[in-house]
Amino acid sequence: MVISEKLDRFFTEKMPEYPTKRSFLVPMLLYTQDELGCLTDEAIAYLAKKTELTELEVRNVISYYSMLRTKPMGKFHVQVCTNISCQLRGGDEIYEHCKHKLGIGHKQTTADGVFSLEEVECIGACSWAPAVQVNYDFHENLTPGKMDKVLEDYRNRK
Amino acid sequence: MVENTQLVSLTVDGKKISAPAGTLLIDACKASGIEIPSFCYYPGLSLQAACRMCVVRIDKMPKLQTACTVPVAEGMVVTSESDEVRQARKATIEILLGNHPLDCPVCDAGGECELQDMTFTYGAAESRFMEAKAHKEEQQWSPVVFFDRPRCILCYRCVRVCGEVMDVWALGVQNRGVNSVIAPNMGDHLECEECGQCIDICPVGALTSGAYRYKTRPWEMNHVGTVCTHCGDGCKTTLGVRRADNGMEIVRGDNRDKSGINGDFLCIKGRYAFDFQQHPDRLKQPLVRKDGKLKPATWDEAFDTIAKRFNAIREQHGGAGFGVIGSTRTTNEENYLLQKFARSVLGTNNIDHHRTADYPAFAAALAGKPEMAASLRDFEKTPAILLIGNDPTHQHPMLATAIRNNVRLHGAKLFIVNHEGLKLRRQSKAYAHIPKDGYGKFIAFLGGDDAVASALANGHTNREQLMAMREMLRGEHQLVIVFGAEVRGKDLETLVKLGMSHTGVKFACLGDYANSRGAADMGLYPDLLPGFTPLADAGDFAAEYGASLPKSAGMDLEKMVDAAKAGKLPAMFVVGANPMARYNVQLGELKNCFLVVQDMFLTETAAMADVVLPAANAYEKSGTMTNTYGDLQIVRPAGDFAGAKPDLELIVRIADRMGVAPQSLVPFGRGTRADMGQSRGAQSGEADRHAIWMVAQGIEPKVSPFDPQALLDEIQRLVPGYGFSRLNLFAGNDVPTHTAGKGKGAHQDPELIWPANDTLFTSGTLGRYSNTLNSVVEAHEGKRYPTQVETD
Ligand code: SF4
Ligand code: SF4
Ligand code: SF4
Ligand code: FES
Ligand code: FES
Repeated sequence: MVISEKLDRFFTEKMPEYPTKRSFLVPMLLYTQDELGCLTDEAIAYLAKKTELTELEVRNVISYYSMLRTKPMGKFHVQVCTNISCQLRGGDEIYEHCKHKLGIGHKQTTADGVFSLEEVECIGACSWAPAVQVNYDFHENLTPGKMDKVLEDYRNRK
Repeated sequence: MVENTQLVSLTVDGKKISAPAGTLLIDACKASGIEIPSFCYYPGLSLQAACRMCVVRIDKMPKLQTACTVPVAEGMVVTSESDEVRQARKATIEILLGNHPLDCPVCDAGGECELQDMTFTYGAAESRFMEAKAHKEEQQWSPVVFFDRPRCILCYRCVRVCGEVMDVWALGVQNRGVNSVIAPNMGDHLECEECGQCIDICPVGALTSGAYRYKTRPWEMNHVGTVCTHCGDGCKTTLGVRRADNGMEIVRGDNRDKSGINGDFLCIKGRYAFDFQQHPDRLKQPLVRKDGKLKPATWDEAFDTIAKRFNAIREQHGGAGFGVIGSTRTTNEENYLLQKFARSVLGTNNIDHHRTADYPAFAAALAGKPEMAASLRDFEKTPAILLIGNDPTHQHPMLATAIRNNVRLHGAKLFIVNHEGLKLRRQSKAYAHIPKDGYGKFIAFLGGDDAVASALANGHTNREQLMAMREMLRGEHQLVIVFGAEVRGKDLETLVKLGMSHTGVKFACLGDYANSRGAADMGLYPDLLPGFTPLADAGDFAAEYGASLPKSAGMDLEKMVDAAKAGKLPAMFVVGANPMARYNVQLGELKNCFLVVQDMFLTETAAMADVVLPAANAYEKSGTMTNTYGDLQIVRPAGDFAGAKPDLELIVRIADRMGVAPQSLVPFGRGTRADMGQSRGAQSGEADRHAIWMVAQGIEPKVSPFDPQALLDEIQRLVPGYGFSRLNLFAGNDVPTHTAGKGKGAHQDPELIWPANDTLFTSGTLGRYSNTLNSVVEAHEGKRYPTQVETD
């Protein structure tokens, strides 16, 4: 089994709640990615079979959504918003700061595999711009200084 | 399309129009002569609304609306052309051109490109974009399919046609927005049916074909509408031809105008496998055996040799001295002429062809009920189809497409009975997967014999499923029952009899090769005259031929070959067939048999011949062909190959040299002296020049002994079931013929029916000499395509 038995069972149970099998695809992709770190070829084949789609179609969906990945990212995936609200409140500086601090660019991973960086569009936290999302956690009202602290905390957590 | 007949009235550009409720605005406009531009919309495919070219202003609706997605509504007021609309379309084109390479001068689509046309119409030639265009090299995805990404305008027609129409789903869209790109299923290449539908449907030159790319420009070709020469479906195709050193070369095949029974569909064979026409191995001059070797000879020498020997053998042995084998890919006129020549000149009923279906039994079963024969068109809309045997996806690709479309667009119910798991099962309502030898039993089961159910049931389909299927079938009206060569003889008779209990039922019998049905209808049987007329009823034919026709049944294909091997058949005349390969006869095994072969290539059979005459193929001659459903279509010459002559001409010339008056074979221009001059090229005879004038005047010429229309006259006069409308036929339409058997079928020997079992990528001798098909087979090697012997 490409994914855990538990997750597979979960998929099987939930499937009937969707109007068609393919409607469940995006959530399945997210769950699978969370478990495996990224969507491997084997995972794609597994999901295609599960949803009765072609592998190509599963890949079409993956490539459409930027949060779905076929290559592993860092343990902590730092997603810096540079969309309009964040941009107005210094999002670009935060992004540049992260680049400099981590020594990597857009969609790259540090050599030790701890961090990866991505410049993303609005993450829905405009009210507290500039905002950054690390894995599923949000960090808001950032300044370069606060950002250092955030990164530091994660580094210590590893 | 929309079945609802309730009409809705609306106003477009001040003009009152009406259309059935549910019709899309774009179609309603088109039907009323108002053209709305579109890129992504394609009739019969799902709606995409991706391109915004079709925008129109509809009163009381905010913003411009896409005419390709809005159904007509009562009282709707539409403006399809205004400054606002024009501006919107122009902007769309400007954006599309933003990344477009504009390499029209070298692009295959240049001259017939929808983007080019729209750019001319809306004049968005100037761009305000400063960004560098995203360039990407052209990619080859398969032997057939090439992709030039920068030219793609992301209309998704290719993706939809591959998935929805072909049910292959080999193309997808990757990424999003401006980065979107069409992608093949195997990452960097395609694994698919290679039908070329995606290439054909692409409005620009983004998808191109290995056969045509960078070869010519659309306006440099002549276009000839004719019939595909491969399988028995008889798709109409438009061949693009161009001058070549040795005549006319075919460079493209498509059916963009959607005329004919196949709409815009063609499979790989119809679309690309015309390349045998220019194969370097084609015979360019007659060959005569001298000192044991086949040597090039003049036409004179070849005809003389044949005539002398044929006459001598006729004198010594009579008709019994000859065996004649006809073709499944020559025209009706040629087949008719061949049997006439065999029966009235050679005096023999020893005539047969490569049989791939039990048409005689079919004709006998339908005797008196010709309206029960289904046309290929019947599959488009009939509410229920029962398919027994055969694998249409491979053997009748157009039928498979018609069935899929019917299921998808009209919700037809498909019932399948097969000993394998066909791809079409995905469209089926019920599927009986039965043992290979279970067809007869299944028919008995249909007839109510429950005892056989246990013999049929297996791991795939159990007894209950069989019962349920039979139950479902019972209630079906307007059912079309279609079966392959698995159903023959008695089984066929029983099946047809059973089927007749359904009101509005129709039947179709599937045979392979382009004109197998024509060969059967034209009497290439040892015991049947044209139209499945028993020898005992020869009256009309005997009167017309003015000869006493041989009365007793002749030898069938196998017996003739055996006799030739045993030294008991002094002469054999083979036209467009390869019986020696079929029966694995080796060089030197024929004894004392003078063998004459007409073919395009030096096949196993031709290699054994004493005289070989280079023949033209169906893409190089005129006449008619009948598809396996009995739909008759006109065949027109497109290609031309110096040195080869149509079989019709060859047969007439042999007869002429034997001292037979050509008029007695071909009833051409009564009283006119035959012009037997050259039939092609600048020096062609007076008759031909005259014929050209007559064609230009819309008069049927029939002034030459090589004129198939003269034979068509006779066919129409004499052959039962061929009383069709000539007007319709000459207009380029398919016309139904009516199988009307009078008696029992031909001599039944199950071994004589030998299905070709062609796949999508094989086509007998034609396929063997098609580099395109061979390259595809190679690319798919080991996948599922067994090597086969070209026996046709
Ligand atoms: S050639 Fe036919 S089967 Fe292959 S990708 Fe194109 S449409 Fe699909
Ligand atoms: S390749 Fe052609 S048909 Fe396919 S999306 Fe692009 S333009 Fe449309
Ligand atoms: S389906 Fe048959 S007739 Fe049609 S293009 Fe293919 S081979 Fe030719
Ligand atoms: S713009 Fe950054 S969260 Fe919305
Ligand atoms: S044709 Fe209507 S949006 Fe493309």
